[in-house]
Amino acid sequence: MSQITPITMPKFGLAMTEGKVALWSKPEGAEIKVGDELADIETTKITNAYESPVRGNLRRHVAPEGEDLPVGALIAVVADAGVPDAEIDAFIAQFQASFAIKGGDVAAAPPEPKTMQAGAWTIRYLETGEGQDGTPILLIHGFGGDLNNWLFTQPALSERHRVIAIDLPGHGGSTKQMDSGDLSTLAGAVVSLMKALDLPACHLVGHSLGGAVALQVALDEPGRVAAVTLLAPAGMGGPINHAFIQGFITSGRHKQLQPVLELLFADPTLVSRDMAEEVLRFKRLDGAEQALQRIADASFDGDRQRISLREQAAALGAVPVQVIWGEKDQILPPGADLPGGWTLHTLPDTGHMPHMERSAEVNRLILDFTAG
Amino acid sequence: MSKKSYRQAINEALRQEMRRDPTVIIMGEDVAGGAGAPGEQDAWGGVLGVTKGLLAEFGRDRILDTPLSESAYIGAAAGAAATGLRPVAELMFVDFLGVCFDQIFNQAAKFRYMFGGKARTPLVIRAMYGAGFRAASQHSQSLYPIFTHIPGLKVVIPSSAYEAKGLLIQSIRDDDPVIFLEHKVLYDTEEEVPDEAYTIPFGEANLTREGRDVTIVAIGRMVGLANEAADRLAKQGISCTVLDPRTTSPLDTATILECVEETGRLVIVDEASPRCNIATDISALVAQEAFGALKAPIRMVCPPHVPVPFAPNLEDAYVPSAARIEAAVQSVMVAQKKAA
Repeated sequence: MSQITPITMPKFGLAMTEGKVALWSKPEGAEIKVGDELADIETTKITNAYESPVRGNLRRHVAPEGEDLPVGALIAVVADAGVPDAEIDAFIAQFQASFAIKGGDVAAAPPEPKTMQAGAWTIRYLETGEGQDGTPILLIHGFGGDLNNWLFTQPALSERHRVIAIDLPGHGGSTKQMDSGDLSTLAGAVVSLMKALDLPACHLVGHSLGGAVALQVALDEPGRVAAVTLLAPAGMGGPINHAFIQGFITSGRHKQLQPVLELLFADPTLVSRDMAEEVLRFKRLDGAEQALQRIADASFDGDRQRISLREQAAALGAVPVQVIWGEKDQILPPGADLPGGWTLHTLPDTGHMPHMERSAEVNRLILDFTAG
Repeated sequence: MSKKSYRQAINEALRQEMRRDPTVIIMGEDVAGGAGAPGEQDAWGGVLGVTKGLLAEFGRDRILDTPLSESAYIGAAAGAAATGLRPVAELMFVDFLGVCFDQIFNQAAKFRYMFGGKARTPLVIRAMYGAGFRAASQHSQSLYPIFTHIPGLKVVIPSSAYEAKGLLIQSIRDDDPVIFLEHKVLYDTEEEVPDEAYTIPFGEANLTREGRDVTIVAIGRMVGLANEAADRLAKQGISCTVLDPRTTSPLDTATILECVEETGRLVIVDEASPRCNIATDISALVAQEAFGALKAPIRMVCPPHVPVPFAPNLEDAYVPSAARIEAAVQSVMVAQKKAA
């Protein structure tokens, strides 16, 4: 019997339990390669392109567009064009029967974030991939973000690495009360957590303001840093979208916040109601808006960035640095003049959130960089 | 962050505000229990256990068991609020407000206005409301329209655990008298609630979903039922906006009108008796301000104009259900077709 491969509902992020095919990108009968976009999968948080893990002929769309299905449910079947339809039908019937009995991917409860006292800070972090051999990876979100921004990143990286995603002070579940929101305060908190967790030298992955934080950590404590990946980093000179920063801080309602969040993506339809709701819920926490304002005041002056690490960062020397930037970034436009020796990857049709909008590619770049 | 019940969310809001602000006190019947008696201390934490555990942390100076005299302690709470404390008074069942009408309507509600803006009355009155608990006619009413009618009172009706915590903290920090109404059937419902303190502003409706065909405005416990109905209707190709006003005073009229402008159809679900309730109020608002947008008559889903029955089968028939909401939405969709 020829090879028939099931394509099942993927699990994006640790908490996803169901999703739906919003749109099939490839018709039935299409020849597909590994990495081809098969479908847009929609979760309550975000829609993400799902790339084929196999090559062959996309014989059957099993999932209709728009139907909610549990993670692990059969959504399509890939096989050679020569496999008879009857065999495909039998395969589907058998899969569905056994899936109904198993009740789907009844995975263990997703890992829960923990909080830890690190120096003066209470820091919330999510750790996965414990016991993996690779260099530990520390994920540092950007302004207004939190550890959940890495929902498409962390699971993929933790197949080979111990991965720790943190909430910076003023964000997520970490301390909101801060006297200063400047870069060295934020970097100091990251170093405190690295000490408290007794981490060996890490690969730091920082997004936006978190990129500047990662660089500051590397400058302050080079011994704790094995490599740095910067996603659309702050601190490289160039303008910052002031309307975004102020809109993010002051918008208290969906209607105001939605267009602000849409600036983050090349494809604004990716911003879901739930994504905006999560941001609003964070901003309602005591001290959150004040902390955001402090951090913004320390780092940005209208459309200008106050912080520039470019000159110092050139002195990092032995620490390898790669930069990933979306070509359509409306927050921190690409084109910064980077220090020599840094590798730049510019992604087409990508906004300020490459790790959400082009997760598969970003994951590959991080894994390759850290393996190399 | 973890799953918490409506009851736990309210308890946590009280605890966190009492820790933050030493002027916050709690008063009410049996809020601790055991005062002046040799029996168990803090045996119940109020009739439904909402304040349980607070006595151990804050003591009897701040958790005050009161006599069975609503007129006395609600009056005392209003006075305490006017003179510098932030009392949270538990009225047990909202049905008992009748014996302290004057203290609430004629005193607390009027202080700021009648003293030329110089008096503040940061008073919260918490009370249980609603049918479905087999508690008979005198313990099951939804009396928020009466409070909404009085200028000077703010009226808050949380529809879920997350809403309850943020709205109660906001209520305690507010400088005006707030009537905070908890639906007794919701106490054991759970959802994700942040561990940290947070506030939800008054007068901002929450859209639990946005659709194109029909706007469903629902209050308190009815929000969950409206969402259930909207789920079923979505499978029939009817997409609904569900709007939870959160507070009936102040009322977010702008968002209600915006949603009606978008969908052209309105169903209002209100557990209060059908005459002069929030559904009639919103209905009048939309008839005056958005008549041109309406593609179908406004429909109200309310109980009949009778006392809440004690017989379980009658009580179940009395309370608006998801099925009745679904039918009302279907009927406004049909009305549109006839007109066209």
